[in-house]
Amino acid sequence: MNPAALEGGFTNAAVQSAQAFRAALEAMARPGTLQPITGAAPPAPMSPAAGALLLTLCDSTTPVHLAGAHDCAALRDWVTFHCGAPLVGARDASFALGTWEAPQPVDRFAIGLPDYPDRAATLIVETTALGQTGARLRGPGIQTTAALSLPESAAFQANHALFPLGFDCFFACEGQIAALPRSTIVEAA
Amino acid sequence: MTDQAYNFAYLDEQTKGMIRRAILKGLAVPGYQVPFASREMPMPYGWGTGGVQVTAACLTPEDTLKVIDQGADDTTNAVSIRKFFQRTAGVAVTEATTEASIIQTRHRIPETTLSAGQILVYQVPIPEPLRFLEPRETETRKMHELEEYGLMQVKLYEDIARHGQIATAYAYPVRVEGRYVMDPSPIPKFDNPKLSGSAAIQLFGAGREQRIYALPPYSDVVSLDFDDHPFTASKAAHDCALCGASDSYLDEVITDDAGGRMFVCSDTDFCGGRRAGGHLGALGVAGAL
Repeated sequence: MNPAALEGGFTNAAVQSAQAFRAALEAMARPGTLQPITGAAPPAPMSPAAGALLLTLCDSTTPVHLAGAHDCAALRDWVTFHCGAPLVGARDASFALGTWEAPQPVDRFAIGLPDYPDRAATLIVETTALGQTGARLRGPGIQTTAALSLPESAAFQANHALFPLGFDCFFACEGQIAALPRSTIVEAA
Repeated sequence: MTDQAYNFAYLDEQTKGMIRRAILKGLAVPGYQVPFASREMPMPYGWGTGGVQVTAACLTPEDTLKVIDQGADDTTNAVSIRKFFQRTAGVAVTEATTEASIIQTRHRIPETTLSAGQILVYQVPIPEPLRFLEPRETETRKMHELEEYGLMQVKLYEDIARHGQIATAYAYPVRVEGRYVMDPSPIPKFDNPKLSGSAAIQLFGAGREQRIYALPPYSDVVSLDFDDHPFTASKAAHDCALCGASDSYLDEVITDDAGGRMFVCSDTDFCGGRRAGGHLGALGVAGAL
């Protein structure tokens, strides 16, 4: 194992994971808002924001799929050491990490069962820019409308059409996250 | 002082991670009851073990916690849960609704309107609104899957047939975002309108029944009713005897053995705030809190 994989985790796991979770909670509860999230320093190409999400939410019970460039030795070692999560293919994953292009087609991911819609995947999408412009969002957690720079609209509209099934997304960019749950109605800008 | 023998906020990190994943899925599917592996807590079932686990998973050292039991900050349940988190998490506590970042509640929603940045955590005894109509979990799960909620309308109709009105006064069923029928926990139906469109995040934890569900801010929450028997948020037809409020939910307090009674605000912080602001009810004493 690469010794660098041992670095970059939380230094105070209980407190830092609590603070990171609150960022994730606010993001998921208020789609389209940007939340700062800190504490992790994972190896490239993973962003610190995505690293903090993985450290907070993943453990040995949550299979993780690393997609595209994120499926590299450095990140495999890092996720294995810090989260203990099994690394699996897209269909079996509870969490998936990659840029938006990497995990395509996204209809491979678990969307939950009609009687257990919670058994759906969470996608952590790495982006180079995250802003409150672009696609218009409506739905639970949004007072009137919100806007978020989504990589596309069609895939998220198709995902919302499956409601209450569907996957949920976090978008990570450097030290910030935003979220798009399956409940959000997306209108192309 | 934090009790160093325990992890921050009592639960171990893997347990908190599991609860956090359930909360996030609950927010993504508003009103759907997410199963979670509820832990045994150092308090009996029925004392808010579900709410305590949700609060423990959400707490950060920067939080200010308020705990209420039927609106009151000073009852046994509220005091012991507040002390529990003071000991195990070392967080600041308050009785003022506006100063709290997390409010754990048993069976009330504070009268003061909640704001963005606040989290309201409900203690839930029976999370399944259909449970008393259909005891089998396999069946109620199928009913939620198929949106088969006719049985609940029949129950409300039978209320009307028997009593002339919908007699359900607490744990009044609601429909969330036009999809899942949800038990809002045993809050009085007076509080039901506050569920809808709240700026705060609302999380529900049922420890014994091992379910977590959630309402994101500004969710559309509708109390079930009929066109000719619309939902009404009822309360005792009195003003608060201490602060004179006419728009708050009231507790009836028996004052002697001769049938004497008074009605006072159930929300002690709201009532105290009004009295501090100079409002006085029929039995209130000026300057006393």
